Amino acid sequence: MVAYVVRRFLILPIILFGVSVLIFSMLMLLGPLERAALYVHDVPHTADGIERIVKKYGLDDPIHIQYWRWLVGKRDPETGELDGGILWGDFGWSQTAQMPVMQAIKEKFPGSAELALWSAIPMLTIGIYLGVQSAVHHNKFVDHVLRTFSIVGYSLPTFVFGLVMLMLFYSRLNLFPPERLSQWAKVIVYDATRFTQYTGMNTIDALLNLRFDVFLDALRHIVLPVIGLSYLNWALVLRVMRSSMLESLRQDYITTARSKGLMEKVVVNRHARKNALIPVATIGGLIFVGYLSGVVITETIYNLHGMGLLYADAALNLDIVTLLGLTLFNGLILIVGNLVVDIMYAFIDPRVRLS
Amino acid sequence: MTTRKLIKQLLTNPLSLSGIVLILFFVIVAVFAPLIAPPPKRARDPYDMPRLGYSAEPQPPSEKAIFGTTEGQFDIFYGVVWGTRTAFKAGLIVTFSTLAIGLALGTTAAYYGGRIDEVLMRVVEIFQAFPFLLAAITMAAVLQPKLGRGIWTPMIALIVFGWTTYARLIRGDILSVKEREYVLAARVTGASDFRIILRHVIPNAIFPTMVVASMDIGTYVLSFAALSFLGVGVQVGYSDWGQIIAFARNWIPVLSKYWFIIAFPGGAITLYVLAWNLLGDAFRDILDPRMRGARGAA
Repeated sequence: MVAYVVRRFLILPIILFGVSVLIFSMLMLLGPLERAALYVHDVPHTADGIERIVKKYGLDDPIHIQYWRWLVGKRDPETGELDGGILWGDFGWSQTAQMPVMQAIKEKFPGSAELALWSAIPMLTIGIYLGVQSAVHHNKFVDHVLRTFSIVGYSLPTFVFGLVMLMLFYSRLNLFPPERLSQWAKVIVYDATRFTQYTGMNTIDALLNLRFDVFLDALRHIVLPVIGLSYLNWALVLRVMRSSMLESLRQDYITTARSKGLMEKVVVNRHARKNALIPVATIGGLIFVGYLSGVVITETIYNLHGMGLLYADAALNLDIVTLLGLTLFNGLILIVGNLVVDIMYAFIDPRVRLS
Repeated sequence: MTTRKLIKQLLTNPLSLSGIVLILFFVIVAVFAPLIAPPPKRARDPYDMPRLGYSAEPQPPSEKAIFGTTEGQFDIFYGVVWGTRTAFKAGLIVTFSTLAIGLALGTTAAYYGGRIDEVLMRVVEIFQAFPFLLAAITMAAVLQPKLGRGIWTPMIALIVFGWTTYARLIRGDILSVKEREYVLAARVTGASDFRIILRHVIPNAIFPTMVVASMDIGTYVLSFAALSFLGVGVQVGYSDWGQIIAFARNWIPVLSKYWFIIAFPGGAITLYVLAWNLLGDAFRDILDPRMRGARGAA
């Protein structure tokens, strides 16, 4: 297993290099003028305004030179010092977020991570519970109802479900508003003298600061997106849990347990469910890792500032620097995350050998 | 399993039967769209939703527009009806193109193995290091200035990043098929590589991939609509369900007053995707299935 992990880590830079080349060439499909548009804040007053921007940022240089500049930075013609360069950890300036890309990631990532953490709880617990029920009542009424419920969830577009929820619980009942915090709570959270932002995740920070009013407010804002994301994924979790549980219930050790005279509840919960959980852990892990790079539509609808919303804004602006930075970060999270899931899988299921 | 038995099973299972009925309903709406919602006389493109005025406020359902109008007075009923055609185009073309690319590359990788396999699989890994929807958004945003805001921009964006799942799936299945006796026998008789792949390998390895593809038609329609919803899909006023729903984004605080902007196109897209999923789900149950890739527009 150590060999496998080492090999994956050796491949990691190659994949990340490939990812950066891929997105770079994609964006180079645009002409220099289209890419210059990002830096134009006003109608240029002189005819050569755009030309100047193209020259200033070197947007009409050959592709490999632009890529190289992004990789190792721009050499100052006078001092000879390098400015920027991703190899030295400088992701550049994000025009979209109006701050360095690294800082933008640091500010937006907790928003997505918080959503991912909170969504994982109902998604897994309820999904697993329903999957077990579905399997235990295989082909009975309960099974059919649960499967229909989950297929409907899988078919509902995120934005339709999200907007319907907002219509009911915000527009009509005014219970669960969009965004991450109310105005009064924002004032407290961003006041460094009264509130320390340990993680950037509002719910957790509020608890650590013992501000329960802020905690409740943050919770109130995250309820709808969490419900939306969980419902969409219950289908997947339920389906995997159901088929894995059905398989597990057919095993010989279940027959043995039953013939020992164990209660059905014990057989199902202790013997069958424990073994059936393994594939669900993998799927749950993969979904969670996927959420970390941002859930664009959910973040857009509820105006939750996270990685997904930032990415979508950058894409709409054709903001190459931001897109490159975010893509590399997402790629890293995705690859390392999947590797962690792989390793976890090998740990909880001793039969699995990674090679 | 014979095709006849398969069809019989699909028709007797209540879930898949309702899926088939729903799909038939949408086919009828799509085919007869010009009769159900006749385009205005001087229409440039029948997919452009007609406007009943220019007022900025959405109007509730009335006799003139039975599903109401969006801001800018686009007729929602017209858009929902013609959007059915857009949905079929998007779902089928994207699924078939991604399937074709995935099959070609996956088969090549698995059949020839060695260096080709190694390189192609690394390329797949690179493509999969992009979260699917984010990648499609970027591609669509880049293609927009070149191809305009028609139906092809979002479709190509989905195709460029969609093929990897199929390439992986078919590769795995071909690896297990290609050493079977009948393939070796064909090779001994001197059949060409191309003939062996086409006649002996693919037909025996393709089923699991087909099952996944059948379930992906609905998913691709969702992703297509999601791109329109985010503003990198078709242009404003094009008959596309996601694009109509995008109008609702401007009215979130007063959405309960303008429910019709979401209700009709949202209902249409949900039923459409549900239909394909019901069918695909039954398909998978029947044809000893494997897990479908965790993809979608979250």
